This record gives sequence, structure tokens and C-alpha cells, in this order.
Amino acid sequence: MFYRESGDFKTSYRADQQTFPLKLDRWVVWLFIAFAFLVVPFLINDYWEKSVLLPVLVWSMAALGLNILTGYCGQVSLGTGGFMAVGAYASYKLTTAMPELNLFIVIILSGGITAMVGVLFGLPSLRIKGFYLAVATLASQFFLVWLFNKVPWFYNYSASGQITAPERTILGVIVSGPNAPPWATYLFCLTLVVILAIVARNLTRGRIGRSWMAIRDMDIAAEIIGVPPLAAKLSAFAVSSFYVGVAGAMFFMIYLGAAEPTEAFGIDKSFLVLFMIIIGGLGSIVGSFIGATFLILLPVLLKNILVGGFGWPTDLVAHLILMIIGGLIMFFLIVEPHGLTQLWRITKEKLRLWPFPH
Amino acid sequence: MDAQRTFGEPILEVKNISLAFGGVKALTDISFDILKGEVRAIIGPNGAGKSSMLNVINGFYHPQQGEIWFDGQKRQNLKPFQIAKQGIARTFQNIALFKGMSTLDNLMTGRYIHMHSNIFSQALWWGKAEREELQHRQRVEEIIDFLEIQSIRKTPVGRLPYGLQKRVELGRALAAESKLLLLDEPMAGMNLEEKEDMCRFILDANDQFDTTIALIEHDMGVVMDLSDRVVVLDYGRKLADGSPDEVRNNQAVVDAYLGVSHA
Amino acid sequence: MPVELLNVIEVMLNGLMAGIMYSLVALGFVLIYKASGIFNYAQGVMALFAALTLVGFQTGQVPFAHLINVIFGTHIEYWSDGLNTFVAIILTIIVMVILAYLVERFLLRHLVNTEPIILFMATIGLAYFMEGLGDLMWGANIKALNVGIPSGGSFWWEDVTKTWAPAEADYYGMYIDVLDVWAAVIAILLVVSLTLFSQYTKTGRALRAVADDHQAALTLGISLRTIWVIVWSIAGFVALVAGIMWGSKSGVQFSLSLIALKALPVLILGGFTSIPGAIIGGLIIGVGEKLFEYWIGPLIGGATENWFAYVLALVFLMFRPQGLFGEKIIERV
Repeated sequence: MFYRESGDFKTSYRADQQTFPLKLDRWVVWLFIAFAFLVVPFLINDYWEKSVLLPVLVWSMAALGLNILTGYCGQVSLGTGGFMAVGAYASYKLTTAMPELNLFIVIILSGGITAMVGVLFGLPSLRIKGFYLAVATLASQFFLVWLFNKVPWFYNYSASGQITAPERTILGVIVSGPNAPPWATYLFCLTLVVILAIVARNLTRGRIGRSWMAIRDMDIAAEIIGVPPLAAKLSAFAVSSFYVGVAGAMFFMIYLGAAEPTEAFGIDKSFLVLFMIIIGGLGSIVGSFIGATFLILLPVLLKNILVGGFGWPTDLVAHLILMIIGGLIMFFLIVEPHGLTQLWRITKEKLRLWPFPH
Repeated sequence: MDAQRTFGEPILEVKNISLAFGGVKALTDISFDILKGEVRAIIGPNGAGKSSMLNVINGFYHPQQGEIWFDGQKRQNLKPFQIAKQGIARTFQNIALFKGMSTLDNLMTGRYIHMHSNIFSQALWWGKAEREELQHRQRVEEIIDFLEIQSIRKTPVGRLPYGLQKRVELGRALAAESKLLLLDEPMAGMNLEEKEDMCRFILDANDQFDTTIALIEHDMGVVMDLSDRVVVLDYGRKLADGSPDEVRNNQAVVDAYLGVSHA
Repeated sequence: MPVELLNVIEVMLNGLMAGIMYSLVALGFVLIYKASGIFNYAQGVMALFAALTLVGFQTGQVPFAHLINVIFGTHIEYWSDGLNTFVAIILTIIVMVILAYLVERFLLRHLVNTEPIILFMATIGLAYFMEGLGDLMWGANIKALNVGIPSGGSFWWEDVTKTWAPAEADYYGMYIDVLDVWAAVIAILLVVSLTLFSQYTKTGRALRAVADDHQAALTLGISLRTIWVIVWSIAGFVALVAGIMWGSKSGVQFSLSLIALKALPVLILGGFTSIPGAIIGGLIIGVGEKLFEYWIGPLIGGATENWFAYVLALVFLMFRPQGLFGEKIIERV
């Protein structure tokens, strides 16, 4: 009744191709972004920053990246943790070598470096498919983490083998290091995420995005109608790794502040991001956000209720969370392979017809 | 169809093609040509090597012997996507649409070879990328009108019924605006009405878009009506080549189809 | 023999032993893959789960004791002094069969005809679920597992090999763990009996028929569901054997489930459908990573075992995507 598309006519192809074709959707999205930029910074505190907002933003970025590769181009990767490590170490090396360089540029450059590494590890995808490729990406995961552990140049020969984020400012405001105020780190990450989400949307709706999806849906037919598999797959690896690298740089520079590769970028992180896009929705930009938010908030919520409310021991809750996440993955793959996004879409369809479903 | 259609020089010439998989010979010493503007049929019993022939033409299989001349030039050993770029489009025997994408996106993907905006312009959706997108959308909409599939424009093709999927696949091939269009059993599994529609689309495409068409089909009525010339394959060898009437009256062809006792 | 050569032989022997352990896990993968086309990532967690259950029965733990205590405020932990090892093993096998049934009932049945990669991801979900379940049932602390297999270095072998070195050399003989030798013997027995089973029993033939062609097997009246339960039960049994071996060696703990990750490159090398392939792949990787660590490791910082297997598999894939024993794939349109 209230949520509908009738009367919302499109008179040009340009209007028909916009991201949110429904007027109401557009309004909701604009309001949400305005709220995130204009209201949240005034309400934020340390707890919300560290346990909710920053993790959601960082992992949304990583999920966006993996969704481009897996959801759009159909190449499953289990190397996300390793590529995040590349982004993190790239940002560390860049910002310690050039302290004057703007942090924003540092992070984008880290993404660029990760993209190059991603292309390198994406090369096998030209010959191998499916879970063979998934296993091949494990090579990057374990090799990269080992590399950052063993080669002292990467951690500037620090005694602990750790890397620590130095304090950096943007426009005079501290955004990294222990003294950064919550609103500044939050706004910095939010800006990056919003910009790159729009870019992801643009890439996936145009020529390149269609070439990715064509490879995903039927690679042989795609090649025969003129999509070069090399360019399509490698561009997906590059763009995906760029996002994952940026996520890794944000994770280390802004969120963690200090990192040690095996702990921060292990294989469990690769699975976490994969789970996010399965639950959120494969091949959906919004789904990346929903999946990341869901999987970050679920443990926080359960911990708050069971540990905080009922006084259960934390390890017990941790086991429960493992079971719930595993169960949810199976549930979604069986019932709704397009994830929460699809459930949301179905709800919208129903809303559109409400209250006269026939 | 008018009896006297005249055609230009060959768009494609196949010369002495032989193809084998391991010890199995799929094609042996096949030669024929396709003239600009004609509808050329390739027929033959099951396993005669028709689909293999198409796969050779668009570069998916590489023959051990023989040459292919396209548009007056001898073709080098190219990858399928490079051949598509030269101007050969095709449809598939078992529908090979991109199931997760809408009809519109499938057709737009068909235009991939004509689009050139770079990744940065696309990332910003600004300037060339957007212009190009709108311009090609226009072309695709013309094809959508031509095939009368306006109503399923935004439907994911996986949800469409078989007949419509076949039509969308034809649309995707037409969207490439190729010089040569290969159709692999465009009417397989269709009912009479759908077949008639498809015939009309093929003839109109040949007429309106000036597309040269090579098709494989099992329905002899359709083949005889549609095509200007027919080449007949059997066990990977060429059996006959000529107008529908000539082929129909060729004893070797009749034997191949009906079987003959080698007593 | 010069000491250097003896050292290399020792490294290779240890590699072979490690390789057999990898093969043991890989075997479970191959069984399930052959019968259902599923790449079961949860195989490693199944080994962990089986080992946890076995220890639980052996020591007489109450399942979910931790959870029950938290909810009801009780303090139960053990219900008896524990069971005889043999009885515990039988009970664990029963648990694994029940698990196989549940997996078929609640997961596989609903995922028939989906893409392999979706099935793969579903088994990752299963792995997480079972890991949480195992920890919740039996607790996450490291447990010792002892089923009576002897372990420790073999003095006999040390004495024998000592005499191989030149008398003036400072050589103490080769170290080999008796447990590893037992593992090798058991692995060989397992492979032989599995091969006999699939060649000479009715169920085994049905199993191979299903592996060859699901549809055709169905038309012959073979119940796909029963076959799946059987296969997953056998895989559960193999997981139990692997769990006992690994658990006896290094204790029953979370890291046990990571052996699944080690088995992946083994499968790439050996091919997903070949039992001999799984064995040989495991041996190549076991020996390869130990030798690499011995020769190259010291030059580049060591701990190369973490990635060597994967990189080897990766390089291998580039040249022979179908594995050592797989058939060449001809693509069609």
C-alpha cells in the first residue's frame, strides 16, 4: 500500500538504470547515510566504536571484496585473511617509510599493492576451477602469513615481531594510534566504506560486472560470446584484493593498532568473511553489509545476553556461537542461497502488495 | 521465400578440416563455404559432427588439419573470444544463458565486444562509461522489441520457460551484431507454434540485420524452408552440399537418414 | 654410510610416517567424494569429534556436563570411572553412525543437485557446527588419548642404525616413533579392507555404482540415501582411526581438526577419486615437506611445513589440473 512502485514511471534509460529504482528506497538510503554521517558521530563512545561500529565497517569492506570475487565472479577464495595481511603490512611499510603521506592515500595504495598480489595468486584460476581453486587460494593464505612472520623487513625488525600503527592525522585530527577519538576513526572508516561501496556498485552494474557474472554463470559460453576469461578473472581478483587489502589496512591501522600475522590474519578470518557473504547474499553489495553486520553483532549480542545477563562462562558461549554460525551457514545454503538479502527482497515484494495480496 | 536469392562472396570458407579426439575422428576432410547473406544449414544424423563443426568455426576446438578463411583472410589460431570479436556469434544446443542475470543483462553481455570504457571510468560511472551504457542499452532495446520479449526484460533468465530462454539466447547472439551467426539447433524441444515464431525471427534477422546465418537443425521441414543451401555430414564426412532440393534427392543422403542394408 | 646420508634417510622416514597420517585423513575425503561428489571439509572435525567422544566414553564423562551444570546449577562431571577401551570404541562408532544419519537427514537430503561448491561451503558450516558441538559436549580442554598403542622412540631401530654410520662418527642412530609405525600398519590394513569391501561386497558394488552415476544407480533400485548414510558412516570410522592416531600422538585438541587442511593438498596431488592417489599423494607431501624443511628451511627462516604442501599443490595444479591419477577432462558445450 505504502511501499509501491506504481506511479513511479521511468522515462529514460538513465532513470531506469539507477541503483535504487524506487523512490522510497532512495529516501531510506539517503536518510540512513545522513544519520550515519551526521548523527552517529555525536553519540559514539569507546564501546560502540571498538565492539560494533568499526568491526562492522572493516568486515563490510572485506565482505564487499570477497563478494566481488566469489559472489559476482564465482571464484571461491579462502585466502582473504592472507590478503588482509598484505594490506595491513603494506600500510605499515608505507606509513613508516613516508610519515608525511596522507593516511587516506596510504590505505588506498595498500589496496593497490594487495591488488597486485591478488592478481599473482589469481593466475591459477585460469586453469583450475571450483574447490580446486579454493585449495589453491589456501596456498596464498598460509604462505603470506608465514612470509610476514619470517621476514623481519616487513615488521621493521621490531623485537616482538609485531607491527604497531603509528599516530597519523588527517586535517589535524588524529585517526590512528591509541589517542584517536572514536568519532574520528569511525568517520574515517565510514567515508572509505561508503565511497568504495558506490564504486563496487558501479563496477558490478556495467560492462566489467557483467563479464564477471558471465564467467560465474557459464564460463565457456562467456568466452565464446567474446568475454576474455583472463581479463575477467584477473580483474575480479584485482578489484576484490584491492577491497580486501583496504579492509586489512583499516583493520590494522585504525581498529587493532597492533597486529601479529598468525593471530590477526589467520585462516579463521578467511572463513569468517566467506560466511558473511553466504549469510548476507552472494552477488549482492547490500548483502555484504548485511552479512558482516549480522556476523559481528550476533556474537556481541549473545555474549551480552548469556555472559552479561545469565552469567554463563565465556567459553561455553563461544562454543554455542560456533554451533549457531555453522548451523546458520547450512540453513542458508539449503533454504536461501541468496542469503538475507533475498529474504529482505521477498518481504519487500509482499509489502508492495500489502494489504491486497491478490 | 523467393526462388532467386543471390549472395556475395564467401564470408567463411572451411578447407579440408580434420578433427580428432585421441583416436576418435570427429571430422574428416570437410570443406564448404558460407556466402554473405545466406542461410546455410548443416544437417546430419546424430553424432555426424555438426556441433563439432560449429565448435571448430568459433575456435573452441582446434582442428588438427585444414584451414579456415573468414572474411577473405586466413584465420590464425585464435582463442574463442578473439574469434567472437572478429564477428562470429552463436547459440548453443543446450541453452547456455547466464542464469543468474536478467534478460537485459544477458543481452548487454552480448554487446561486450563492442564496449570499451575502462575500469576507472566505470568505477565512477561517469563520462564514457555511462554514455556507452545508455547507447548500448538503446541497441539492446531494439532487439528486445524485435524478439517481443519486453515483458521479461528484468526477469532472471533462470526463471523463464524453455521456449523463451531459447529466444533470449538468440537475442544475446543478435546483440553481438556479428557478421556470421551460428545457431545450434535453435528449435530443439519446441512445439509447433514456438518453432514457427523462431523461424520468423531467424528469417527476419537474416533480412533486417543482414546477418549471415549457419544453423544446425533436425527438423527437415524447417531446414528445407529456411535455408538457401544445405551441407550434409555423416560420420564426420561431408556427404552432400547444395540447394535443399538437390540434397533432398541425393541418394547418399537418403541412405544415411533411412539406413541402408549392406547385404 | 656417511652421517649426512643417514640424516636424510631419517628425515625421509619421518616424512613417510607423517605422509601416512595425511593419507589417513585424505582417505575419508576420497570415500565421500567418490560416493556423493561432496568435498567434505568437515572430515578433519569429524576426526576431532570422534577422538573427543572416544576419550569421553573412556573416562566416563557426562556429555554436555558443562552446559547442564551452568543451567541447573549442578556439579556433575563423570558418571562412572570410564569404560573399557574396546567398549568405548564400539560406542564411538555407533555415535559416528548416528551422526552420519543425521547429516544425511538434515543436510544432504536437502542439497541434492546443488553445485559442488555450494556443497563444499555447506560442509564448512557443518565443520563449525560439529566443532562447537564437540566442545560443548566434552569440553575444549586438551585431553590425552591412550588406547594401548605403544609409543615413543624405538631403541632397537636406534641401535641398528647406529652401526650403519662410520665408527669414528658421532652418530646416535635414527629416531622413529613406534606409534608412527603402528599408524602405518593400521593405515595399510584400512586401505586393504576398504578395497576388499568395495570390490567384493554387494554394498561395495552399490557404492561404486552410485559413484559412477547417481541417476542410473537410482533406476536400479539402489537407495541413494542408504548409500550416503553408509558412506558417511565409513568416513566417520576412518575419521575415528585418524583421530585415534593423531590424538595418541599429540593429544586431543582443536588443532586436530586442522589436519583436514593438510589433507587438501594431498587430494589435489592424488586426485579426488583415487584411493591409491590419496596414499601416494600423502607420502609425496609428507616426504616433500620434511626434506624441504631440512634443506631449504634453515635458509629462509624455517616453519615451511605451514605452506609447502599448498604451494606444491598449486604448482602441480598449473601443470596437471586433474591430479596424478585423475582422468583428463574434455570440456564440451
